[in-house]
Amino acid sequence: MGFENNEKAAGYWRENLRLVLGLLAIWAAVSFGCGILLVDVLNQIHFMGFKLGFWFAQQGAMYVFVALIFVYVAKANALDKKYNVHED
Amino acid sequence: MDVQTLTYLIVGFTFALYIGIAIWSRAGSTKEFYVAGGGVHPVMNGMATAADWMSAASFISLAGIVSFVGYDGSVYLMGWTGGYVLLALCMAPYLRKFGKFTVPDFIGDRYYSQAARTVAVICAIFICFTYIAGQMRGVGVVFSRFLEVDVETGVYIGMAVVFFYAVLGGMKGITYTQVAQYCVLIFAFMVPAIFISVMMTGHIIPQLGFGAELVDAAGNSTGVYLLDKLDGLSAELGFSQYTQGAKSTIDVFFITGALMFGTAGLPHVIVRFFTVPKVKDARVSAGWALVFIAIMYTTIPALAAFSRVNMIETINGPASTGVAYETAPEWIKNWEKTGLIAWDDKNADGKLYYAKGEHNEMKIDRDIMVLATPEIANLPAWVIALVAAGGLAAALSTSAGLLLVISTSVSHDLLKKNLMPDISDKKELLFARIAAALGIVLAGYFGIHPPGFVAAVVAIAFGLAAASLFPAIIMGIFSRTMNKEGAIAGMVTGLLFTAAYIIYFKFVNPADNNPANWFLEISPEGIGMLGMMINFAVAFMVSKVTRAVPQNVVDMVESIRFPRGSGEASGH
Repeated sequence: MGFENNEKAAGYWRENLRLVLGLLAIWAAVSFGCGILLVDVLNQIHFMGFKLGFWFAQQGAMYVFVALIFVYVAKANALDKKYNVHED
Repeated sequence: MDVQTLTYLIVGFTFALYIGIAIWSRAGSTKEFYVAGGGVHPVMNGMATAADWMSAASFISLAGIVSFVGYDGSVYLMGWTGGYVLLALCMAPYLRKFGKFTVPDFIGDRYYSQAARTVAVICAIFICFTYIAGQMRGVGVVFSRFLEVDVETGVYIGMAVVFFYAVLGGMKGITYTQVAQYCVLIFAFMVPAIFISVMMTGHIIPQLGFGAELVDAAGNSTGVYLLDKLDGLSAELGFSQYTQGAKSTIDVFFITGALMFGTAGLPHVIVRFFTVPKVKDARVSAGWALVFIAIMYTTIPALAAFSRVNMIETINGPASTGVAYETAPEWIKNWEKTGLIAWDDKNADGKLYYAKGEHNEMKIDRDIMVLATPEIANLPAWVIALVAAGGLAAALSTSAGLLLVISTSVSHDLLKKNLMPDISDKKELLFARIAAALGIVLAGYFGIHPPGFVAAVVAIAFGLAAASLFPAIIMGIFSRTMNKEGAIAGMVTGLLFTAAYIIYFKFVNPADNNPANWFLEISPEGIGMLGMMINFAVAFMVSKVTRAVPQNVVDMVESIRFPRGSGEASGH
């Protein structure tokens, strides 16, 4: 039912972790990074009537979150196909 | 027609709609129940999840809090949306492949231990109780305004309605009712937001109006950006700058974290992803849920800013010297009846005045902001009534859902599976009802004596979830070596540490609840993130010195990591 061999299983899990960690890095960067830790620096920049740091905290981070999930869905489904472990 | 009649009409109509859908879909559901994989479309499931998720805290209280604290309110906005990324990427697909219904089921099986299951059940019950307390307060606020009673009586009425609603049962389980509730809720939220955005900035989309220039009554631009105006007003009246906030950076960081990780550890949210037909659907459902949540959550800060400017200008008048009480707008008098607005004419000039510090004469409860906004902005009466219906939809659906989780946890997970395995079905049902009733009474008590504003009370539930269940689930999926001793020790220390810190500052010694006494300047709302770190650390250390995980559990962990072969979710 599962993988052809243990190497494939390990390879699938490695690629999956790389995908998830990469996306979580962006997740942390826009929220904890731009929205909180760097907010004062980014607030020096004005963006469509907002201070940029404030915009990230109250708007931007949320748009990025939505995009991240859909990117994950597409890539994870592709990964399942590549290793032939997708559902029918 | 006056506001009250319209409110009865619209609230009555929406209730009839929910009940109608419940009856209609129950009639057709036996077939759906037996057809494997014929489940609900992921978009619909996402919408239902969003309705389940967006509680009275989101609908009634959140914009009010953001409106009063400005940038500091971002913790809720990022925290309650960011958690969905964790859910989709790190939990939903694997828990779906695991294929049981409840969180204690997963923890009990993964950690091959009845004790671990019991700890998870206790955490789940504790979290749900805290969460529902916030909902009752919200229901009370809605009823108090629209039935023109004080907020305490409002909470009592709310308790009765929620009890009836939860006992009606099944309601919660039916996805299409929640789809309808989402539609009512989002429509009720967006209409006033769009109205007020057009009125103040000329933009139809509130998210754009948020960053735009204000317009005058004739619709001509005044050249002043909304947010600059707000920063100016805040400075003038002695508040901290709207776009800066007053909380320390470390506290903002920890609260946001506690809310994000807590979202990913909330039992009633996780459960939604057990029941979709496929692993693929579990992934994309989380995405759609976040789309529907984000529609509201990106509007909230815009509405908060609009209503803040509007409120200050109505109370202090164009010259910022105050408005005479006799000529004050009707909404102030309406809300005075509920006790949620109070005016104390300190300088005896007969004028209202709102500011920070000794000159302030107004006591305004943050929880009224969303409900009062249509009145403050002079929107038509049907909009005011619509908002009441939306607030009730949000509060009732979430509390009924939570009550069901509480009662099944107590009667099924705790009693039947643990303490009294021989209990009869009839007795089990009786205990479920008692648990629900107790839940409502306790929630009602905290609704009347709130330890904070609705959203702040709810925030505590997230801290507990982040510190107890979240690490156990994550380690259960991503670690093959985490054993039962480690997981149990982690959950217990995380929960006890977090609960003790919160209880000390919120109940035992509230006078000390300020940054000077906090550990590392972390407030009780944010301590859950530290509790989570402690949980991980304790679990790791304990697992190193105790027995290894049995081979059959290692195999189970391997098998939930890829989608193929996922069956239907099963009870046991």
